[in-house]
Amino acid sequence: MSILVDENTKLLVQGITGSFGARHASLSLAYGTKLVAGVTPGKGGQKFEDQVPIFDTVSQAVNETGATASAIFVPPPFAADAILEAADAGVELIVCITEGIPVMDMMRVKDALRGSKSRLIGPNCPGLVTPGYGDKSYGGCRIGITPSQICKRGNVGVVSRSGTLTYEAVFQLTQLGYGQSTLVGIGGDPINGTNHQEILEMFNNDPETEAIILIGEIGGSAEVDAARWAKEHCKKPIAGFIAGATAPPGRRMGHAGAIVGGEEDTAQAKKRILAECGIAVAETPSDMATTLLERWGK
Amino acid sequence: MNIHEYQAKELFDRFQVPSPKGAVASTPEEAAEAARQFAGAKLVIKAQVHAGGRGKGHFKNGFQGGVHLIESPEQAAEFAGKMLNETLVTVQTGDAGKLVSKVMVAEAVDITHEYYLAILMDRATAGPVIVVSTEGGMSIEDVAHNTPEKIVRQFVHPVLGLQAYEVRKLTAALGLSGDLAKQFGKLLSNLYKLFISCDCAMVEINPLVTTPDGRVLALDAKFGFDDNALYRHPDIVAMRDKTEEDPREVAASEYDLNYIGLDGNIACLVNGAGLAMATMDIIKHYGGDPANFLDVGGGASKEQVTAAFKIILADPNVKGILINIFGGIMDCNVIAEGVIAAAKETGLPIPLVVRLEGNNVEKGKATLAASGLNIVSADTMADGAQKIVAAVG
Repeated sequence: MSILVDENTKLLVQGITGSFGARHASLSLAYGTKLVAGVTPGKGGQKFEDQVPIFDTVSQAVNETGATASAIFVPPPFAADAILEAADAGVELIVCITEGIPVMDMMRVKDALRGSKSRLIGPNCPGLVTPGYGDKSYGGCRIGITPSQICKRGNVGVVSRSGTLTYEAVFQLTQLGYGQSTLVGIGGDPINGTNHQEILEMFNNDPETEAIILIGEIGGSAEVDAARWAKEHCKKPIAGFIAGATAPPGRRMGHAGAIVGGEEDTAQAKKRILAECGIAVAETPSDMATTLLERWGK
Repeated sequence: MNIHEYQAKELFDRFQVPSPKGAVASTPEEAAEAARQFAGAKLVIKAQVHAGGRGKGHFKNGFQGGVHLIESPEQAAEFAGKMLNETLVTVQTGDAGKLVSKVMVAEAVDITHEYYLAILMDRATAGPVIVVSTEGGMSIEDVAHNTPEKIVRQFVHPVLGLQAYEVRKLTAALGLSGDLAKQFGKLLSNLYKLFISCDCAMVEINPLVTTPDGRVLALDAKFGFDDNALYRHPDIVAMRDKTEEDPREVAASEYDLNYIGLDGNIACLVNGAGLAMATMDIIKHYGGDPANFLDVGGGASKEQVTAAFKIILADPNVKGILINIFGGIMDCNVIAEGVIAAAKETGLPIPLVVRLEGNNVEKGKATLAASGLNIVSADTMADGAQKIVAAVG
């Protein structure tokens, strides 16, 4: 088991002919992910790397190939439309990698997806990986841009807003010999499809996941909400890290900005609340895996 | 991105959000002309800089105060002459001060009551929230702390938009009635249109005032725009005043680099916002002081890395550099080549520690090792942070 995706998940890529989308579609194929379709309007009928059929619309791709997940690599001005198109086609899991989508576009998308059967991960995220059982975890499901060579099949769930901090945690785990059930980057934008808590709930319900790393940062209350939920409901050991202890107040640190009303917005406050909720908080980003192993009793 | 007071007034005028009469001037003659235009009203002249504390500031030429009451067009010209092309120092500008290239001549309104009104994008509800308070003219954080019951929030549906009943609720919360209520309702509806149309992250009016002659006016405003949406607002981009920004940040933005200058002496160059923040944190953890936040992004080119390197080295406080790259999207070798190109160009006068991991890492490390440059390699973030802190001393 794993969460959200497994080695049988059929993936399509929206924006497969752009340089960014093509590069990562190619890496997913090389990893053994079941990439069954690409979508680029106007390029229907062509093939990606001589093997993956390209369609003009997502619904054509879904109808022809049975894809249930989509990775979106289209440029920011067109990304909201791409998400809505995937939802309209009934794609169950929509993973939007695109960075730089206007917040008001996401506000409308989020509202449009309420009550829909599609789940959105991202935007502005690295995507997710359920590592495979092969050599170097080959044969897994890689959606997005994570370097798959650092992954290893195992029992730790990883959820993070930041891509590179996800890689950091996964790399540390793999180096110490501990694999991952699924790693999920939920994205650094203020309005995203899936939050920390929802992913924690999935990890909690997944029999293969035995322990969890939760990585967050300054701004918003998503990590704190997840920690409070975990205190009541999660029986699995969790290690946490919060980035941004040295960030100056009021500045947008690459990801989205802080908003009024947040004494819980600072890294220090979040770390304190995570600890109060029973999460083992890593002192530095270099200690994420070791902090988990200690809490896990390994 | 911040805008000037006179630009905020332009936006207010365009969306019919009432604010005091005023005009912007770049010369003493224009200031006098503006004063003549509003003859009969009590007038004030204000230096246009982004920093607060203008009234209590001083100019480097000795002239005191960036805000003055004026009594005649001649006086407007006189004061404008002392402010324009001079440097104003306030508590917020730092000792260097800010060059004043425009002044605003505006009506000085009498105030009956000060209120607070803001529209923000709320993360938790994924939609706009309107915040009002009867306690205007002071810091909203103080009001939130001391009298939280005096802050009223109204969440607005992200697609349906502002409803008439929501306006009535907020009007009632401020205790406004009669014609003032009507004026406030119109002002709020127009402000909401502005907020949505301009892709704002925040519009804060503090204070919003009522006047003895029965008007409701936005007296002072602060705007925040969604950077991601600026591509569809060339008019707002045109309001950017680069002279108001940290020159390091301006240079970085020209290469699409995400840079924020800080006061420490260890520069960092990192890919990914989360890792960049965490790198600053770990430098601090090991006793160092980060000089900047710098996210070179997911797909940085050799040119961007070179530019990033130059921006870092241009900061005289910087005594050492830590490069921390976890290449997921990014090819470690591209980073390595960029670093070498930059270091060769600048001569690498200070210690450089590089930690590379991820995509194509072996080749990246080999490229660095073969460069012949004095680059210290690190295996982990902790190792890198400790090495650079030790090197800087």
